[in-house]
Amino acid sequence: MTALLLLISAVVIQKMALILILFVVTLGIAAYSTYGERKVAAFMQDRLGPDRAGPFGILQPIADGIKMFTKEDFIPRESNRMLFILGPGIFIFVALMTSAVIPWGTVFTGFGLHVDLQVTDVNIGILYVMGFVSLGVYGIMIGGWASNNKYSLFGAIRASSQMISYELAMGLSIIAIVMLSGTLSLRGIAEGQAGAWWGIIPQWNIFVQPLGFLIFFVCALAETNRAPFDLPECETELVGGYHTEYSAMKLGFFLFAEYINMFVSSAVISTVYFGGYNFPGIDAGWLWGLMGPVVLFAKTFFFIFVFMWIRWTLPRFRYDQLMHLGWKVLIPLAILNMVLTGGGSLLFGQ
Amino acid sequence: MAQYIFLTLALLTVITALLMVFSKNPVHSVLYLILTFFAIAGQYVLLNAQFLAVVHIIVYAGAIMVLFLFVLMLLNLNEDSEPQKSSRWKIGAGITSGLLLVTLVGALKGSIQLQVPESSNPSVGLVENLGKVLFTDFVVPFEIAGILFLAAMVGAVMVGKRDLKV
Repeated sequence: MTALLLLISAVVIQKMALILILFVVTLGIAAYSTYGERKVAAFMQDRLGPDRAGPFGILQPIADGIKMFTKEDFIPRESNRMLFILGPGIFIFVALMTSAVIPWGTVFTGFGLHVDLQVTDVNIGILYVMGFVSLGVYGIMIGGWASNNKYSLFGAIRASSQMISYELAMGLSIIAIVMLSGTLSLRGIAEGQAGAWWGIIPQWNIFVQPLGFLIFFVCALAETNRAPFDLPECETELVGGYHTEYSAMKLGFFLFAEYINMFVSSAVISTVYFGGYNFPGIDAGWLWGLMGPVVLFAKTFFFIFVFMWIRWTLPRFRYDQLMHLGWKVLIPLAILNMVLTGGGSLLFGQ
Repeated sequence: MAQYIFLTLALLTVITALLMVFSKNPVHSVLYLILTFFAIAGQYVLLNAQFLAVVHIIVYAGAIMVLFLFVLMLLNLNEDSEPQKSSRWKIGAGITSGLLLVTLVGALKGSIQLQVPESSNPSVGLVENLGKVLFTDFVVPFEIAGILFLAAMVGAVMVGKRDLKV
């Protein structure tokens, strides 16, 4: 009995530590993504970017954070006070919750230890991600409506209709992946991509699902409200979009959650389509197994960079173009991809 | 342990449902209803039906309630703009819902004699078993539901078309 309790508490402590590490790492990466974004933008526009705070401006995110915290925190008089405060809270909470099901590395067993670098391996992991993606709308909608400002409301409504529309195509592209891997668990999907064809090409889903990846990636851009899908905060039409009335750290939460979303969706893309923590030669011994998290983070950082690259390259969509792309292009393509995947796995077996 | 979690969730469900009915602001009502859905999803998890819980959240909280919120925010209803209904309507609604309550209580009264099958298999609600059951024992209702959804989708497209040439 006491042995069992000891075992349980060991697992609980391990999971608690993992959650804490993940939380801190997520916040750190989100903070340095803002710095990275400004540096990438500067590079693309042939500027220098932030270079005052510390060497190469490396302390810039900390300076930004201090600025956000110490600014005047203003709540409009005619707003719905409670919901106005609740909005950014919900948004950042939902953004932080999604990373709980991502497997960061192989299960390590040895030396009397059992280390599982995943907060929880629910057997419906990918649906959990979809569920929290669909809840992300609430923070924006509540915040935008509670501001009692027409530009905020327009921004909130644009954001939510965009997110609802692109969720569908995202879900349909995920179905093809589930058909191939035969599991909804993210751990299972990652494990299914281990190994290589003919010893050279890694068995990643991207090579069997290129169309699905494209659809998923475009939808991820739309879900995170990143350019070219950043209509909800389109300055030229809507002042600041759904966060027009926000100031200080409440605004900081909205902006910060966008970077958290970017990090988490990059991690999900890497896990689902690019083999997760797998890389050629991971089976060559347990020491290489420890490289798994490093590889996954490298893939994730690459996708964060692609997100930024796209933002500073492409102009913004018009609203009807956005809806046309979502409903009349991506959804039919996703259904076609599903049919092709089903036919393919029927013809060629598993 | 599971019993305490169940009681907490049940209490939460009832309280948020009551708050949903009694709050004056329709937007608050919708938000309380979302909390109710979460509490019910928690009950599904207690019954080992993780798939059902997540689908419940995605469909109800993630899609249907967003549309509700959409409409309410666009109309911006509040106490001033809402037309005051006469007390005749209120009495009628009270009697109707009271009758429904009597029916429900009557239906639940006999539930003590009901034999609840104690499932020996804890993984009965997991997605593998659900899929197997849906495609073997309940395949006909499942397919009929699919056709119903298709009909609803086609109907929505037809209604949405502005100038329909028949």
